[in-house]
Amino acid sequence: MAVSSDEPLIRVEGLKKYYDSETGFFSRLLGEQRKVKAVDGVSFEIGEGETLGLVGESGCGKSTTGRTLLQLEQPTEGSVYYRGRDITNLDGEELRELRKEMQIIFQNPQSSLNPRLTVNDIIGEALDIHGMASGSSRDRQIKELLERVGLNASHANRYPNEFSGGQLQRVGIARALAVDPDFIVCDEPVSALDVSVQAQILNLLMDLQEEFGISYLFIAHDLSVVEHIADQIAVMYLGEIAETGTPEELFSPPQHPYTEALLSAIPEPDPGWEAERIILEGSVPSPVDPPSGCKFHTRCPRVIPPEEFSLEQAEWRAVLDLTTRIAGDDLSVEAVETGLDDTSVGNVAGALREEHGVPERLSDPEAEQLLSEALRATVEAAPEPVDTGIAEAFASPCTTARPELQSIDGGAAACHLFDERYADPPGAPAPTRGAED
Amino acid sequence: MAMLEVEDLNVRFYTEEGVVKATNDLSYQIEAGERFGVVGESGAGKSVTSLAVMRLIDEPGVVESGSIRFKGRDLLELSREEMREIRGDEISMIFQDAGTALNPAYTVGEQIAEAVRLHKEMSEAAARERTVELLDSVGIPDPAERYDEYPHQFSGGMQQRAVIAMALSCDPDLIIADEPTTALDVTIEAQILELLEEVTEEFDTAIQLITHDLGVIAEFCDRVMVMYAGRAVETAPVENIYYDPEHPYTVGLMSSIPRIGDERDRLDTIPGRMPDLVEMPSGCTFHPRCPYAEEACTRTEPPLVDVASGDPADPDAHLQHAAACLAHTGDLQGSLDYTVTVDGEEPAVRGDGGE
Repeated sequence: MAVSSDEPLIRVEGLKKYYDSETGFFSRLLGEQRKVKAVDGVSFEIGEGETLGLVGESGCGKSTTGRTLLQLEQPTEGSVYYRGRDITNLDGEELRELRKEMQIIFQNPQSSLNPRLTVNDIIGEALDIHGMASGSSRDRQIKELLERVGLNASHANRYPNEFSGGQLQRVGIARALAVDPDFIVCDEPVSALDVSVQAQILNLLMDLQEEFGISYLFIAHDLSVVEHIADQIAVMYLGEIAETGTPEELFSPPQHPYTEALLSAIPEPDPGWEAERIILEGSVPSPVDPPSGCKFHTRCPRVIPPEEFSLEQAEWRAVLDLTTRIAGDDLSVEAVETGLDDTSVGNVAGALREEHGVPERLSDPEAEQLLSEALRATVEAAPEPVDTGIAEAFASPCTTARPELQSIDGGAAACHLFDERYADPPGAPAPTRGAED
Repeated sequence: MAMLEVEDLNVRFYTEEGVVKATNDLSYQIEAGERFGVVGESGAGKSVTSLAVMRLIDEPGVVESGSIRFKGRDLLELSREEMREIRGDEISMIFQDAGTALNPAYTVGEQIAEAVRLHKEMSEAAARERTVELLDSVGIPDPAERYDEYPHQFSGGMQQRAVIAMALSCDPDLIIADEPTTALDVTIEAQILELLEEVTEEFDTAIQLITHDLGVIAEFCDRVMVMYAGRAVETAPVENIYYDPEHPYTVGLMSSIPRIGDERDRLDTIPGRMPDLVEMPSGCTFHPRCPYAEEACTRTEPPLVDVASGDPADPDAHLQHAAACLAHTGDLQGSLDYTVTVDGEEPAVRGDGGE
């Protein structure tokens, strides 16, 4: 296949994958279909013989990106180009041909290999489907593959239950290699393995890449594993890419606050290690109704304060949490009341402030007035919802505008901190929430 | 006398394939308020050890011999009734998978309140109040509301917090945490470790933390036991294990972890895998995978000895650094040829004889 020299092996453009969320009969009747935005506009390229590492917490859309790229799932929007050819609208026969070029290795070999087939048949199946070999040449190829992935050729007649986890993952790799692909999606291939075995499999994947020039999309939640194997890394959060760059670029400042937090959370195998740890509060929000603006703003330890107020980072972080809950009609007024003897409005409001770590009086008088009025109105109206307009009053770039990936000093990040329009110099040290509590 | 003293524990599972020797003459002690780490790969016997302490070994497994003394009483001698009083009250357990540790048919609050009422005589209302306090102390937001929610309405991290609340409900003296953060994302793992640190400090609770993750051990524990094939192969204060490992298996484990900022192209590996616990290799069980193994290693089973003196390890000497390798008994002709380098703040262990 002729390829122009500047066309990468894989190019993904604006890829989106939405699922219908489970809804009841009435909401269907009313036409209220809510979408789970698993992948929400992702673009990247992978060159020949290169590895792109895709990292993020569970539920961020890493695996869906890999599966949609391979057309195992129909993309909702966007395109995937393989050697310059759009593969998002291929028919069944064309797709089958494509599988010879693009393969996948799964996290759990115990459940991804058929327990009733021998290893010979598991690997041979791929050769049969594509009519690539038969008879003695088929057997010979299978034996060669087994030896190439570090197994004994005599193991060909064994069943999956006769192997350990690490060996089974080698069988999974041999199966993917059987059709001589150019590209393999590795979906958490070492997460289920012990560390010493994990190292063996990582080394094998790197050797195979060197020998056959295969490109990988390497999906993992473990940043240190990805750093080790990848040429480029993309950090995902709630279906979007938050930051991308080479491992060196990504792991040194300036960084997206999410990357910074992920890195600092890795437990360091060194008892003398005394680094300040950033602890993100809460967990990844639901992709059905993701936060407005920057999706990370609900957990970000460096969220930008509104221009009109002068608020310290820790103060603003707490205020934002409280105002988000007021605006979302999500404040547990009644539960707080039941725990109090004095349920006057002022007292309940005070308890709510305390629960969210908001100081008794904000340093900015104007902000203080807006907040206390909204809080009072909410407590008075509870349990009825009330529109306080608080979200608009405390709007910041992070809560209103979706950040685009823009190049920073090394790599690219989707964060308003790097946007000149929003002043604050990027990389300025910001207090972390954990330190305040 | 230490709070928990496990001595010469042998757990066996009688299966159709043969007798699985899950732990072999295992001895260790945990002091009151101590954070004790147990590290090793799958099949090392870490979980079996903790189940034995809780007396939860079930058919076809049996505790064949040994003793488990908790505050001076041998748990293996207690009646089922007496053991039940200790379980959950004085020793409690946190499992890896919080989702299955919680009963899906009851609200989270009811389950914790039930544990409270089982051990402490309390009215229903008082148990509820105590439970809400507990949920609050493990950082569950809106505890009064979430009391009435079911486990499936909690995220993974929140479920693990609820399980920790349950484990804390009766102010236990010892918590056995079996891979408490393995199923969680790093960001949530950091939250849970911070929480465990806070609560164990606040209540002066000892903890036996079982994990395969050397990073978690380094961060959390005072003292470590490295297990391999049902045996303790090295025990020491946490700094010694990381900066001065004395068993080739410990060295292999450390050098196979990928590290951020690590320049190595290839990771060191431990060739092969954990032996079959039915047919264990002769001599040192690690010898088929050990880069320093000699002929003597195939014949002689190395005892756990003090690495400085070569004398048998003393279970009462808590600051002792002990390892089970013939290199420390003078039976090895060569030496353990590896160096530990501490680059700036980050030490890295390299084995020269490894793959």
